[in-house]
Amino acid sequence: MKRATWVRTAVVVGFVLLLEASCRLGIIGRITMIPPSEMAGHLWRLLQSGRYNSDMVETLGNVVVAFVSAVVGGFVLGSVLHAMPRVRRAVDPFLATYYAVPFFAFYPLLVAIFGLGAAPIILIGFLFGVVAMIINTMNGLDRIPPVLVKTARVNGLGSLRTAWLIKLPSAAPQLFTGVKLAIAYCFIGVIAAEFIMSTSGLGYSIAYAFNNFDNRTMYALMLFIITLVTIVNAFFHVWERRIMARRGW
Amino acid sequence: MRQFLDSLVVIVVLVAIWQGLHWFAGDIALASPGETVKRAASLLGSPSFWVHFRETFVALGYALLIAVLGGLAIGLLLGLHRLSGEVAEPILVSLYSMPKVTLYPVILLVFGLGMSAKVAFGAIHGIIPVAIFTMGAVKTIAPVYFKTARVLQLSRRQLVASVVIPAAVPELVSGLWVGFSLTLLGVIIGEMFASQHGLGFLVMNAIGTLDVPTMMAVVLLLASVAVLISASLLYLDRRLHHRVA
Repeated sequence: MKRATWVRTAVVVGFVLLLEASCRLGIIGRITMIPPSEMAGHLWRLLQSGRYNSDMVETLGNVVVAFVSAVVGGFVLGSVLHAMPRVRRAVDPFLATYYAVPFFAFYPLLVAIFGLGAAPIILIGFLFGVVAMIINTMNGLDRIPPVLVKTARVNGLGSLRTAWLIKLPSAAPQLFTGVKLAIAYCFIGVIAAEFIMSTSGLGYSIAYAFNNFDNRTMYALMLFIITLVTIVNAFFHVWERRIMARRGW
Repeated sequence: MRQFLDSLVVIVVLVAIWQGLHWFAGDIALASPGETVKRAASLLGSPSFWVHFRETFVALGYALLIAVLGGLAIGLLLGLHRLSGEVAEPILVSLYSMPKVTLYPVILLVFGLGMSAKVAFGAIHGIIPVAIFTMGAVKTIAPVYFKTARVLQLSRRQLVASVVIPAAVPELVSGLWVGFSLTLLGVIIGEMFASQHGLGFLVMNAIGTLDVPTMMAVVLLLASVAVLISASLLYLDRRLHHRVA
């Protein structure tokens, strides 16, 4: 392993130990935070008891549906916009300032329209993730070297095979960026929506535990989400690196 | 000019969709565009709205200030010192994609209800993109500048002030542009979840009293201001990058 990897591991472990020590020694009060070891222990018990299994399944299900629809929808919309330069130029300023609009303010509205179910939560996650995917799809398609498209034409490739063999691989790095952003945004969207106004799910359970001063459950569930997101990110990171390495980057 | 007209067409289409949804969903769920604008105008005339408005944007201002100064300091440090940069970059990137909403109760427990919690929550959203962009900018400064600085025998402080920061400014603005929307998001969520002031509170309060036009008017005003600020930052960003390139 590289030196930086060692140092990084040491920094993370050191930070957790420091947190543990400050909590145990009472520098950080119990009302504020419980020691990390206790969070992990309580999470283990919660997982065994299965009390939050349905909430976990529900939240993850919402994230997956929002993520898949954001990636597919963003890819399709991005490709369509890319093919229509005039529409794209007209929409560009809106896409660029899209993330400045605080979408959560719309969430209560969506609840009023769709009711208190999974639909408004998934929609918020989708709305949050889809534009990152649209922007990155267009950027990726912009970066296809024209010479490759010409080569395809010289070799008599049909438009479908050009898309599959030339365009998709050339745009892949940007598409990957879009996918990574989409997953992060979908997680944020779904969990924040559950936080603000919902009757089930992990975000709701954390807010509920907070309101009932149940710090142990709250921190255990937080630890669960953070661990999960870190694992998902690490998975995409490794996958991306592998694809890049195969192309000699 | 043509592009401007095209963008105008997009706005008209969006308003038409809004009106269509209003007809489809009814008054209880969605106020019509006309009604929303009327309510927004009357809100702009009421002093109590401006109290909430100020509360939100003062919190946003403090949060952005902390995010920029902190992000700049972290970014410079990590960009100039190679090993710490290598160590910290993956940590920063994974922090960036973490749903920080999850941590909101922790912020509340540490800072209590009120302004400081909102500022802290906004700042943790904004500081990471600023740090990442600054670090990237410092790392990509042409080595010849550093060599020139050494030939001119610049001190460490002179090096940072006259070489590193000017080179990092365009990227810093890009980071600020990304950070701005996240910081605003943090402040608004903070107000929606636990607060008695600010625009986020107004929205939640309007929901509670089933006052759909007010809710939509607040969202409309908030979105307009946010888009305006974001667009100016984007304009500044493009000009700075243009100047460098």
